Amino acid sequence: MTIYYTREHEWISVEGDSATVGITDFAQAQLGDIVFVDVPAAGTQVTKGGEAAVVESVKAASDVYAPVSGQVSEGNAALEADPSLVNSAAETDGWFFKLTLSDNHELSGLMSAEEYKTFCDAQ
Amino acid sequence: MRYLPLAPADRQAMLAAIGASSVEDLFVDVPEAARLTGRIRGLPDHAGELSVERQLGSLARRNMVAGEVPFFLGCGAYRHHNPASVDHLIQRGEFLTSYTPYQPEIAQGTLQALFEFQTQVARLYGCDVANASMYDGSTACWEAVVMARRVTRRGKAVLSSGLHPHYVSVCETMARFTGDVLDVALPELVAETDAERLLAAIDDETSCVVVQYPDILGRIADLAPIAERAHAKGALLIAVVTEPVALGAIRSPGEMGADIVVGEGQSLGVGLNFGGPYVGLFACQDKFVRQMPGRLCGETVDAEGKRGFVLTLSTREQHIRREKATSNICTNSGLCALAFTIHMTLLGETGLRKLAETNHFLATETAERLVEIPGVEVINDSFFNEFTLRLPKEARPVVRALADKGVLGGVSLGRLYPGAEALENGLVVAVTETVSRIDIQAFAAALEEALA
Amino acid sequence: MSMNREGRPTRPQDAEASGETFTGNRALMLEEPLIFEMGEENGTGVDFDERQEETIGHRGFEHDEDFYRDRLGGLQRRAPIGLPGLSEPQTVRHYTRLSRQNYAIDLGLFPLGSCTMKHNPRLNEKVARMPGFADIHPLQPADTVQGAYALIDMLAHWLVTLTGMHSVAMSPKAGAHGELCGLLAIRSALEARGDARAVVLVPESAHGTNPATAAFAGYRVENIPATARGRVDLEALKARLGPDVAAVMITNPNTCGLFEPEMIAISEAVHAAGALVYCDGANFNAIVGRVRPGDLGIDAMHINLHKTFSTPHGGGGPGSGPVVFSEALTPFAPLPFVEKQGDRYELIEEETAGEHHGRTFGRMTAFHGQMGMFTRAMSYILSHGADGLRQVSGDAVLNANYILRELEDVLDAPFGASGPCMHEALFSDKGFAGGLTTIDLAKGLIDEGFHPMTMYFPLVVHGAMLVEPTETESKAALDQFIGAMRSVAERAKAGDQSLKAAPIHAPRRRLDETLAARRPILVYKAPEQG
Repeated sequence: MTIYYTREHEWISVEGDSATVGITDFAQAQLGDIVFVDVPAAGTQVTKGGEAAVVESVKAASDVYAPVSGQVSEGNAALEADPSLVNSAAETDGWFFKLTLSDNHELSGLMSAEEYKTFCDAQ
Repeated sequence: MRYLPLAPADRQAMLAAIGASSVEDLFVDVPEAARLTGRIRGLPDHAGELSVERQLGSLARRNMVAGEVPFFLGCGAYRHHNPASVDHLIQRGEFLTSYTPYQPEIAQGTLQALFEFQTQVARLYGCDVANASMYDGSTACWEAVVMARRVTRRGKAVLSSGLHPHYVSVCETMARFTGDVLDVALPELVAETDAERLLAAIDDETSCVVVQYPDILGRIADLAPIAERAHAKGALLIAVVTEPVALGAIRSPGEMGADIVVGEGQSLGVGLNFGGPYVGLFACQDKFVRQMPGRLCGETVDAEGKRGFVLTLSTREQHIRREKATSNICTNSGLCALAFTIHMTLLGETGLRKLAETNHFLATETAERLVEIPGVEVINDSFFNEFTLRLPKEARPVVRALADKGVLGGVSLGRLYPGAEALENGLVVAVTETVSRIDIQAFAAALEEALA
Repeated sequence: MSMNREGRPTRPQDAEASGETFTGNRALMLEEPLIFEMGEENGTGVDFDERQEETIGHRGFEHDEDFYRDRLGGLQRRAPIGLPGLSEPQTVRHYTRLSRQNYAIDLGLFPLGSCTMKHNPRLNEKVARMPGFADIHPLQPADTVQGAYALIDMLAHWLVTLTGMHSVAMSPKAGAHGELCGLLAIRSALEARGDARAVVLVPESAHGTNPATAAFAGYRVENIPATARGRVDLEALKARLGPDVAAVMITNPNTCGLFEPEMIAISEAVHAAGALVYCDGANFNAIVGRVRPGDLGIDAMHINLHKTFSTPHGGGGPGSGPVVFSEALTPFAPLPFVEKQGDRYELIEEETAGEHHGRTFGRMTAFHGQMGMFTRAMSYILSHGADGLRQVSGDAVLNANYILRELEDVLDAPFGASGPCMHEALFSDKGFAGGLTTIDLAKGLIDEGFHPMTMYFPLVVHGAMLVEPTETESKAALDQFIGAMRSVAERAKAGDQSLKAAPIHAPRRRLDETLAARRPILVYKAPEQG
């Protein structure tokens, strides 16, 4: 299992053709208290860089982009009852959706954990 | 000038502190070509209160005042009696001159009143939630159609022929730009509403059906079969209520299955005001709340655990979502919503039912009296406080003739549907608790004379 | 002596108190429950007169159940509604207590940038309530409301003259509605010449309604960058203009409180590219009587009667947003509108439009607009006159510059060095210590007895604070405000953590907006239902 990061502060944990996507801890800290998450339904097609989900805090709504293209297999139902999971467990229980990749080559442009940390420090 | 407190000495001191020699210096960024050197010519100078009152009073006196003559107009704006305390309370400076409650710690007055308002509207309409009001019934109606498009992801709306023609016109105007397809039709001068047409028109591409209740001709029809059919096809039922007092006598649209209920709240607390400002009411069922346009007031607690209220779910609104907002609305109709809620609080359910009963009785009395005039028929089987007459000739000139005699005798369908020959003999008559039996007599006598 | 035993303490006593009370009230600061908690399900504060004595020799007053039921189509309400009612004394007390929990212009300076919270003259209220204006129905025959049409026409004339434009649409119900009106007219005009375009350009500093409206009108929105001096970057704009740009939406003065000195060049560039200029008129108070937007080349501008022309904000509305149009856009203006024909006024509605207004884009609202706001604005305008209105903008700009210069040593003013501001002064929270930001200053200002200024807008400045005093503030009021701002700003720069607890004196402390959004409670539910 490998975890990659995007410049838009999403993380994607990949195992073979399956992946789980969420937003990073850095991102949730910037957003403030999360009040609502709109996750995609199973079966939705997403394209790399396209809007996949929306995360809302009290004062802002932010788009979450798909790090790679594929088909959504599951949206995290737990976020409906408890959106605060994104704040407390952004990179674990606060995952947004799972998907089946359509093109593993798209992973090559993404960052490693170290590269992402460097990227954030420069923000 | 009585509204401008700065004295010349103040200006001198302030200019000195700024380091400018005159106020004109502060406009240095305005290009010479656009800078006016003196006051705009052709416009008068300032005036004292006496003069302003005289000028505007003379314009006011050129109008025929509803309360001074027999008055029977409705069609989306109704003349009801507003209790004296409503107007006093809304003129308290803390209500009149306060702002949108974005700093909730010092706006709990506005916020609590809005929370109570939302609750009253939701209950009146038979829905789970209501927003803090919209501009008016017509724009609320269009916003509901847009919301139905968002929820169903379909673009075809079916509008009942009984929907107020101005509301239809607003929807048609907006739909030209958004690409929504509208299925519309003219009403017919018959007792039945167009429920049959609606049932037939609903299909798998329908986003919503919009039905006015009671409708523009005053007819009342059961919404339940329409709701059922709409739901079976995955569409929403939007009910439009232009006369909220009706709901003191008849079943709420929410009870009959409406998903979204919108309408005009002007009847309570607001007054005729020649068409505005009015107050749009908007309510819906829980599952749609995040798709609802407009401001919403919600309950919460403060740092000391005390209950308080705040504007909430703001991320739907324009100032945050910008391009992706659920609507571009900024303002609600705050002071009018306050007037509505105060009037509703004074009435209570008991009072509202009594008010409705009085309206309905006077309307039935009026209808009974008018059908005694040769050639005059009431087309309605059912009505609340508004019904439609079929006159033996074109109604629009009759209305003008009545006005010449000092009687404001209803709204002609020729005014609302110009060019629709099948409707031109129609006259819509509204009767509220402000109508006296002498008014009814006067109207009947004048109408008989005008038809002779 | 004759002993008088009425002696009692007549100066402050030496004693301690906890401040706790049984009721939770604090003297004049009164807590008030919801009407639904007062247990008055069957109460009412309205009496209905017994059926009037005058009979018309007809069926009597008896309540015929069957007749009643039949006429309602069998749809009588059966279930209770759930609407409590209060007697008049209870109602008056309820709302009076609620009102006292609100800040308002009548109480003090309200420095909200871009909102123009000026004094609301009471003459306006008197005029609006004249029966000849308040008690007339919008669908009355034209002959019975000539005075009302005349007033609308009079206001229209003033608005057109003050702005130097060609015509005005009076029907939009508020500023955002007016913006939509302007954009729909622009879209109609372009479609009419067979040149429908897809993009609208909006400065990054624009108010959120601008891009929202453009999207609502069917356009794709792109940002125009700003220069370091806080103005529209004309070169960047020119580079972006092209055959796909329908319009540019500009606010002038802009949302940083600065006049766009290149406005004429902007309009010329936009027109040369075949596009149109929409101006957000929210800040008209800075230039009324001194600059006519028509002279700056704009095609459409909405005017907020509740800002520049003093109609009351009423806790959030109602507003009124008439839109002035250039000659190019006039044919497309919406219905209905009032027109003088000879010595009579006519209302041009759907039927009369065909004759000479056939290219109207349609109707935006039922009836004809916010008459109640027209009368108030007219009363304000006649009271001020041409000379008074010119003084309004002069004093508004003077007051804002005074605040800017008196505070720029203690608060960062990002554009303070680039010249005078217009009617509002922009500050940022640069230099605040201890993790404090704009919101902490704002809440501290509440304890000082002021409503905070506009916060976090425009977005282009970090922790933006936009202060607009308006012209109806005296120098003494400004000095008191400046003193309060200075005090709180100094605390913020010193990292005074007690600001995080502010406000401590308001009727409520800081409220949990996270909870309100996570668990929305939007209507009252009695405890047993909850």
